Amino acid sequence: MKHMKIIVTASAIVGLILSASLVIGDDDRYENKERKEGVFRQLFSKKLDVAPVKNELYREECGSCHFAYQPGLLPSRSWKKMMGDLENHFDENAELDKETQVALTKYLVENSADDANYKRSIRIMNSLSKNSTPLRITKTPYFIRKHDEIPRRLVQGNPKLGSFSKCAACHVNADKGSYEEDDVRIPGVGKWDD
Amino acid sequence: MKAKTIISVLFVLGSQFASANAVDDMFSEYKKSGVTNISEQQGKTLWTKKFTNKKTGKLQSCTTCHGNNLKKAGKHVKTGKLIEPMAASVNSKRYTKVKTMKKWFKRNCKWTIGRECSAQEQADILAYLIKQ
Repeated sequence: MKHMKIIVTASAIVGLILSASLVIGDDDRYENKERKEGVFRQLFSKKLDVAPVKNELYREECGSCHFAYQPGLLPSRSWKKMMGDLENHFDENAELDKETQVALTKYLVENSADDANYKRSIRIMNSLSKNSTPLRITKTPYFIRKHDEIPRRLVQGNPKLGSFSKCAACHVNADKGSYEEDDVRIPGVGKWDD
Repeated sequence: MKAKTIISVLFVLGSQFASANAVDDMFSEYKKSGVTNISEQQGKTLWTKKFTNKKTGKLQSCTTCHGNNLKKAGKHVKTGKLIEPMAASVNSKRYTKVKTMKKWFKRNCKWTIGRECSAQEQADILAYLIKQ
C-alpha cells in the first residue's frame, strides 16, 4: 500500500512509453529524415492523414474533373509549377481567369505539404529529393512505396478503376483527409488485404 | 402585408430574369461581335462533330465527355468524374453564370477542336443547348 503511488505512476509511464513505441514502430523509412517524427509529434500531430479541403473555390474549380486532391499532398514548388501551366494540365486545358488562378495558387501554396503537420504530408515531403518537383502525387516515392504491393490487375487492369489517380475510388474517406488502409475498398474487388 | 407580398413576388420574378439574363448577356456579346444568324441546327452539328486529338490521334467530340443524352450525366473521358447533365430542363444550374459559360467554352473548345470557338460557333452551340 505504501508504494502503491510509485507503482501506479511507474506503470503509467512504462505504459505510455510502450504505447508510444507501438505508434512509432510503424514500419516507414520516411519517418525520421529532415522532419523529425519523435514520440510526441506522433502522439500530438493531427489525427487525419492530411488536412481536408475546406476551400469551396478549389473544390469547385479543381474538383470538377477529378478528385479534389488535398494541397498537403504535394510541395508548394509543385503546385506553383502546375498552376503556372494550366493550359497543359496532363494533356488537358484547365485554364482559369487570372483572378481565380492567383487565388487558387495562394490556397495551394499556403496549405502545401511543406510545413503541414499531418502524417502523409510529412512523409511525402521526406520522400522527395530536394531537386524533384513532382506533378503527380502518384509518382512521389512515398506514394509508390505505399502502393507497391498492389497487383496491376487490381488497378491499371481493373475496368472499374484504371488508375491510381482516382484516390476516392478506393480510399472511401479520402475526401475527409483520411487514407487509412483499413478503409480501402477496391472497386469490383473489395477490402484490401495484404 | 399586401406590400410585402408584392415585393416578394417582384423579387422572385426578378430572380428569374437574373438567370435568363446570363444567356441574354452571352447572346448580346455575340451580336456585338457581328453574329446575325443563330442556328440551333448548326449548334447541334458542331456539338456532335468529331475532331482528331492532335496528341493522341483519337477522335473526340463534345459528346465524348457529355454523353449522347444531354438529360443524363456525362463522364470525364480521363478521370471518370461525373459531369452533371447539360440539359437545363433537368439541371437548373446550367447557363446561369456568364463567367462559368465563358470558362467552359474556352477550355473545352480548345481541347475538343484545338482552338477557341468563334462567336458564331458559340452562339449556335448555346442556342442548341438551352433548348434541351
